[in-house]
Amino acid sequence: MSDVENRDKEETKIMSLILDHVNYIYGEDTALAVHALKDINLVIPDGQFIGLIGHTGSGKSTLVQHLNGLIRPTGGAIYYNGEDIHDKDYDKKKLRSKVGLVFQYPEHQLFEIDVFKDVCFGPKNLGLSQKETELRAYAALKQVGLADEYFYQSPFDLSGGQKRRVAIAGVLAMKPDILILDEPTAGLDPKGRDEILDQIAKLKEETGITVILVSHSMEDVAEYVERIIVMSRGSVLYDDTPREVFRHYKELEQVGLAAPQVTYIMQALAKQGMKVDTAVTTIREAKQSILQSLGK
Amino acid sequence: MDEGNTMGIIKTDKLTFEYIRRDEEGNVEGITRAVDEVDLDIRQGDFIAILGHNGSGKSTLAKHINAILYPTEGTVWVDGMDTQDESRLWDIRQEAGMVFQNPDNQIIGQVVEEDVGFGPENMGVPTKEIWERVEESLKAVGMYEYRKHSPNKLSGGQKQRVSIAGVIAMHPKCIILDEPTAMLDPNGRKEVIRAVRALNDVEGITVVLITHYMEEIIHADMVFVMDQGHIAMEGTPREIFSRVEELQELRLDVPQVTLLAHELRQKGVNLPEGILTIEEFTEALMAVPGC
Repeated sequence: MSDVENRDKEETKIMSLILDHVNYIYGEDTALAVHALKDINLVIPDGQFIGLIGHTGSGKSTLVQHLNGLIRPTGGAIYYNGEDIHDKDYDKKKLRSKVGLVFQYPEHQLFEIDVFKDVCFGPKNLGLSQKETELRAYAALKQVGLADEYFYQSPFDLSGGQKRRVAIAGVLAMKPDILILDEPTAGLDPKGRDEILDQIAKLKEETGITVILVSHSMEDVAEYVERIIVMSRGSVLYDDTPREVFRHYKELEQVGLAAPQVTYIMQALAKQGMKVDTAVTTIREAKQSILQSLGK
Repeated sequence: MDEGNTMGIIKTDKLTFEYIRRDEEGNVEGITRAVDEVDLDIRQGDFIAILGHNGSGKSTLAKHINAILYPTEGTVWVDGMDTQDESRLWDIRQEAGMVFQNPDNQIIGQVVEEDVGFGPENMGVPTKEIWERVEESLKAVGMYEYRKHSPNKLSGGQKQRVSIAGVIAMHPKCIILDEPTAMLDPNGRKEVIRAVRALNDVEGITVVLITHYMEEIIHADMVFVMDQGHIAMEGTPREIFSRVEELQELRLDVPQVTLLAHELRQKGVNLPEGILTIEEFTEALMAVPGC
């Protein structure tokens, strides 16, 4: 093997997830077949903060369920740390502890008599010792910022946002390398939304975990992620930084999406002849650009 | 005697709602005052928005308007009728219709037009008229072409529009929507709000919209902000959005354009408070010297 090939092999080992020509057809061989994923090629490196956006029916949820092996592709392959996850001998249970998936309205999964027991459920099912299970549960609850006083309350007595954090802690207790959150802010009030996203960003800072955020809020996505994958009708439409993706706001609108409101604001200002950066995606950037243009 | 001429379509006087909290064994733990002496007077044809963080009491308040809940203290009148007057209950529910958050919980018909016809049918409306109402209601929400479809295959936004059609087929004077877009994607949200605005602008139906999406309320006539069961702020959208820090303290937010204008103002740029739209922002910024 040449030096280049050797180096590539090393890099492949570091990169967490690779999707190689992944196709998925619901109801293949039936009259109702739907080609939900069309030739998806993606590389998810360690430690990235990724936003996954797409209209309803674009294939986002189908894609996300491939990442932890819940759904098996009808074509192509998925590699985690260099291994094909659908290999006969591959340990899927272990994969699911490494790729943690938090579904929408995760509080619907809560069931135990108290918060702490609920978070222990995952690690316990991994076969860990009681001590290790409890240590993990405690650490996970701290990671989501839940105060100690709630640990022994019934999960059903907590507020919506708190319940949601408990559910996320349940996944974190599995110590995943990759955390996928499907609309973690659905149903929360504005402050609740900020709190949960800030907590996730902080977690990422502190642990280096890879985060994939599936969201309908362009503003939220622009604020937190470094890379956006846009799905449309089963294919990847764009895969780039927020700045680059939201430059295509017209194309995004055609597929039922949009750019954050600030991007439109800057476009409107530029149309009036103002010298501003039209590719900004956050309020912070917009403010700086406008102040600069005003000479302040 | 109805006082419908002098009071608004919806009026509340010191409306209070309390409930008893019990622990697992059924012992009383305490009393929660979910709604605390709220006074409202809503005029026919108004578009009213009620904002509030989760737990502020806004949904509990809304459920009093069509007598799903009854006040612990105080009174609620709908079109002059006291909601606690049992003899007028069905009249009240015909005048004030409610649409809830979950698109999957409100549709019972196997076919869209059957679901929309359910309300008028139960009111005893003659058959021919039922179909007329179904047609006009579905057209009003832009779902007429789906009248023969199964509701199962519709998107969230489409289902909510069918639910709205089902309510307006009863010819209510007022429609209350409790976070109707919370479970929808951006397109679905736009569709529903567009339909709601059309009902208010074109048909003159009074709308009470409960939400915490700030962009949805910029066309409201009046905004009430709730916190801990009482009304913490009230005013036009512009007046409310001028008070950015207060809103943030109440766990709420403002549209990005409003926040941007507010932050620039704090850096010395002479912009008015309460900017609601991109057009207003652009105009105001162009008028600033140095631009």
